[in-house]
Amino acid sequence: MAASDAQNGVFSVRHAFGNVLAFFILLLIGVLAFSIRLFSVIKYESVIHEFDPYFNYRVTQFLTKNGIYDFWNWFDDRTWYPLGRVIGGTVYPGLTLTAGTLWWILNSLNIPLSVETVCVFTAPIFSAFASWATYLLTKEVKGAGAGLTAAILLAMVPSYISRSVAGSYDNEAVAIFALIFTFYLYIKTLNTGSLFYATLNSIAYFYMVCSWGGYTFIINLIPMHVLLCIVTGRYSSRLYIAYAPLVVLGTLLASLVPVVGFNAVMTSEHFASFLVFIIIHVVALVYYIKGSLSPKMFKVAVALVVSVGVAVCFAMVAVLIALVASSPTKGWSGRSLSLLDPTYASKYIPIIASVSEHQPPTWPSYFMDINVLAFLVPAGIIACFSPLSDASSFVVLYIVTSVYFSGVMVRLMLVLAPAACILSGIALSQAFDVFTRSIKFQLPSLSDNSQAGEGSSENVVPNDSVKADKTEDTSKERTSKKSKKKEKEPVEKPLSKSQIKKRLLVLPLETSVIAIILLVLLGAFYVVHSVWAAAEAYSAPSIVLTSHSHDGLHVFDDFREAYAWLSHNTEVDDKVASWWDYGYQTTAMANRTVIVDNNTWNNTHIATVGTAMSSPEKAAWEIFQSLDVKYVLVVFGGLVGYPSDDINKFLWMVRIGGGVFPHIKEPDYLRDGQYRIDSMATPTMLNCLMYKLSYYRFVETDGKAFDRVRRTEIGKKHFKLTHFEEVFTTHHWMVRIYKLKSPKNRIRGKTKKSKSKTSSKTASKRNELKRNPF
Amino acid sequence: MAMVPQPLLILLFSLSLLSIVNSSPSQHLQIVDAERRIDLTSHIIKVYLTLKVENLGTSAASEVHLAFSPTEVEHLATLKAAATSGKRKKKTYVPLDVKSAEVPDGPNGTKLFSITLLTPLSKGGTTTLEVLYILTRSLEPFPVEISQSESQLVYFRDSAILLSPYHVKQQTTFIKTPSTRVESFTVVDPTKRAGTELKYGPYENHPPYSYSPVLVHFENNNPFAVVEELEREIEISHWGSIQVTERYSLVHAGAQHKGVFSRVDYQTRSGRSGVSSFKYLLAKLPPRVHSVYYRDGIGNISSSHLRTDSRKSELEIEPRYPLFGGWKATFVIGYGLPLQDFLFESPDGRRYLNFTFGCPLVETVVDKLIVKVVLPEGSKDPTAQIPFEVKQHLEIKYSYLDVVGRTVVVLEKRNVVPEHNTPFQVYYGFNPIFMLAEPLMLVSAFFLLFVASVAYLHIDLSIRK
Repeated sequence: MAASDAQNGVFSVRHAFGNVLAFFILLLIGVLAFSIRLFSVIKYESVIHEFDPYFNYRVTQFLTKNGIYDFWNWFDDRTWYPLGRVIGGTVYPGLTLTAGTLWWILNSLNIPLSVETVCVFTAPIFSAFASWATYLLTKEVKGAGAGLTAAILLAMVPSYISRSVAGSYDNEAVAIFALIFTFYLYIKTLNTGSLFYATLNSIAYFYMVCSWGGYTFIINLIPMHVLLCIVTGRYSSRLYIAYAPLVVLGTLLASLVPVVGFNAVMTSEHFASFLVFIIIHVVALVYYIKGSLSPKMFKVAVALVVSVGVAVCFAMVAVLIALVASSPTKGWSGRSLSLLDPTYASKYIPIIASVSEHQPPTWPSYFMDINVLAFLVPAGIIACFSPLSDASSFVVLYIVTSVYFSGVMVRLMLVLAPAACILSGIALSQAFDVFTRSIKFQLPSLSDNSQAGEGSSENVVPNDSVKADKTEDTSKERTSKKSKKKEKEPVEKPLSKSQIKKRLLVLPLETSVIAIILLVLLGAFYVVHSVWAAAEAYSAPSIVLTSHSHDGLHVFDDFREAYAWLSHNTEVDDKVASWWDYGYQTTAMANRTVIVDNNTWNNTHIATVGTAMSSPEKAAWEIFQSLDVKYVLVVFGGLVGYPSDDINKFLWMVRIGGGVFPHIKEPDYLRDGQYRIDSMATPTMLNCLMYKLSYYRFVETDGKAFDRVRRTEIGKKHFKLTHFEEVFTTHHWMVRIYKLKSPKNRIRGKTKKSKSKTSSKTASKRNELKRNPF
Repeated sequence: MAMVPQPLLILLFSLSLLSIVNSSPSQHLQIVDAERRIDLTSHIIKVYLTLKVENLGTSAASEVHLAFSPTEVEHLATLKAAATSGKRKKKTYVPLDVKSAEVPDGPNGTKLFSITLLTPLSKGGTTTLEVLYILTRSLEPFPVEISQSESQLVYFRDSAILLSPYHVKQQTTFIKTPSTRVESFTVVDPTKRAGTELKYGPYENHPPYSYSPVLVHFENNNPFAVVEELEREIEISHWGSIQVTERYSLVHAGAQHKGVFSRVDYQTRSGRSGVSSFKYLLAKLPPRVHSVYYRDGIGNISSSHLRTDSRKSELEIEPRYPLFGGWKATFVIGYGLPLQDFLFESPDGRRYLNFTFGCPLVETVVDKLIVKVVLPEGSKDPTAQIPFEVKQHLEIKYSYLDVVGRTVVVLEKRNVVPEHNTPFQVYYGFNPIFMLAEPLMLVSAFFLLFVASVAYLHIDLSIRK
């Protein structure tokens, strides 16, 4: 008795010690997740990055200045002129509300941080939260060790870093945390059957709905998992508690978010959940009846209930299908459709296809974004099958679906990353488990020679299989999968029983040591790669560019130069036209009204701007004049070699414009199917507004007009602008701003042509002459 | 209509009459010789006036009056006077008190300022006064709008004859222009032009309040950098540093830029294109300055250079874009300074901050300057000592973890020129125990947190056992 007590005591002390250790490891993981994302602040500055974050920043500013009620009712008249945009009803408010609350708390504690600072650091803070959520989720699936490993992998997975560096103030920053945390609460409910967690789960789901359009992934993945459980005969009351409240409460809460509203019950993205909701009730009823009736009666009842249930189901499904089929896109949004059918966007919606992050990824991008995890994931899947629990089957389903989605859109790599981290964490932790255990068992046996021989001789087979598993040899892995599964199962049985059987799984000492070293090397490689990715690849804020040359660092701060100029030296109500990429930045940084922006909700409006850019000067002037535009902003990289400028995006403008206005035809801009701006370019190309605004007086810089992006001399070098005048060009020519000449002269010129001989002719002619010499 | 009782009206009338009699510029003073040198090389106009005053009257005169036209008064930034004594090399200057004279205005709204002499000028005695006054925004661009390739021409209006309440026996005025390009100038014989200098005079025997308007139209391409509003916030922390934040809104107050801005012309023909625009500004900061930043509402501005040595620091800043006439820019400069250089303890136990008033940018005019001195939390009875007149009031500011807030001494002054960069002092009482308030607050908060978590772990609130 005393001995066992002492053992218990030692055990609980070790347990407590382990908890404290885990707590501190988690703390450090949080610090790591936060600090690895600060490269952008250290290397560049504390500034909001890219395009969408500027919009979110602007919304947050509005929220902190005007309060929550004005935020819901905000009609923004500084964008999509003259249409405007109802921001409160079309924005996912989760991120802005989170940052706004954070700012409010800090300020009520008299910590005077600016809204910008709070916005910049929201993403790193939530990355720390996300890695803790990963720990919780993986702990529910495979225990604390796997949890810690998964958390540390997630803290530094490049894919997630790319979306959550300091300054990347986008929905994904908080949404990934919300996604993982919702999954954790679902698994937790599934494991405990507690209604408390089920309610929390709905709230977490609500937060996710607030944060990101990707919530549809949750509301489809969880029903799929529930269905999987039912089909594989794993139905339990815990499953019911995990699912039914989520659907009811979750849907109710989701429809509270203005941007979702009735979509939560009307669109096809949500139908799977309702279908499964019906199914789980049928199944629950069946189980209930089965429990209360004798087997004989049950058979009769089954015939009755199943037939009625199936009939009801079919009726419901028929109604749904009829409803759905009545809408043109079958009730699916364009983005969802392009997920289900990867060719959909490029066929029908050029705007979605024109965004680079909506393209399918290439293989190198997998290696870049999840690195060694790609090789560890299969091992993790195998580990999940031994043994298969509700939780581990969920994780497997999660990885399978997210791999598919990431294959369609490179942006959804972000959804894959947590799944890959969880599975790799499981794989690594199981591998370490096996290796360290075999070392532990053999270390005493080294002194005990009699046992050593026994152990090593018995362990030839498992050694092979597990080692193959860890050394990225997938072909071997598959062959040995079954044998491995067989042998791993006993491990999970109670400790006392498996004491001897465990001995069978022990690997030779040398092999284990080498394997551990290899695994550590693999991990080290991952760390090195992630830090490199965080420091070099993903931390550039994209509004300020740098280049290293032999005489030091060059900073290209042209975008902000242009925006600052616009905000200080134009009238407050002037309208600025540019391609939609720069809409958010113009409204946020220059505070000027724009025609189109990155929220591409109105295709026609964008097509109008695209048409204007691809029309000759006069037609373009008329379009812009009709939109009350005063300034036109183009981005031009030809002087310094900045490749993502408007000339390179120009074909999309033509395509989008031509999609709505058929007189713009893409072939007119291509010479033999090739897009070129040199002397071989088509006359339509050389006379369109975009070409002219980009290359106006460009020849005077070097005398040859050599475009450093296209690596060629431009086709038409000397020309004058008649309807536009250059009002500002930044230091490196990256942004050029033109003003529309006032219409006075034009109208007189027109009347001169239409009215043949009037007394005003001479006057207007003199006017014309006066104007022309320029 | 308010009725004023008759006796009161009479009283008022007699009072004003009395004051005229008492302190109107004494007519028995005479200016023997006046020399005026007007420096028009920048947009801040400096006028050096040397007056030789003689007392012809019977009684001693203690005050000498200066007269300014209403427009000059409006643009007058500073007015200083000094008495000189000694000859040539051994000249010594003694600054004199100058204040707005409490006498009614002269003809046509002429304002008078009085200089208090050190020793009253006895009968028949003479004295020499040196006066410096600075005018801002007195150069009127003409043409009002210029294009990028043109240079900036401005009008300067003044009088060839010194406006004075006294009889002036002999006088000369020199006007110095920045370049030899002078389009036109009014000729009041004798007038001479040599190089960059215009000479009006010598004129003899002009009665009081004589005026003879002249107009000089000349080229001035110096940067017309005007800070429309500058807010300097000086935050004192007794933990060892002073944090200064300066918020500028800058404008080019010269001739408006018209039409096209062509980068090609600006970059390739820098000598001829945009000559009146400016690209750089120089800020003179105190020595031992650290953690300097230069940014605006949308982030860091990457074009600045800091040069420091033991006596001064110079920060060369470049706005995001070159400023042409009428273009504006806003930015913030911030820096930290070591506390011991600026904070001292006065003999009565109070502490005082000794800091420079005015704008650190060289050759700029500040239309409205707000200096905020944020004293540490818990400081008492602040008083400010400034060598010239400013508006003052107190504010409360809440910063990191403040409970009662910090007292802010706000000083406000319009029309500030580099001559106002003189030290000023803010005295306040401070008990060093307040330095510990915030650390103690944090310590106790964490302590309570730990106590609460210990308590939570040891309290069993469950109903079932």
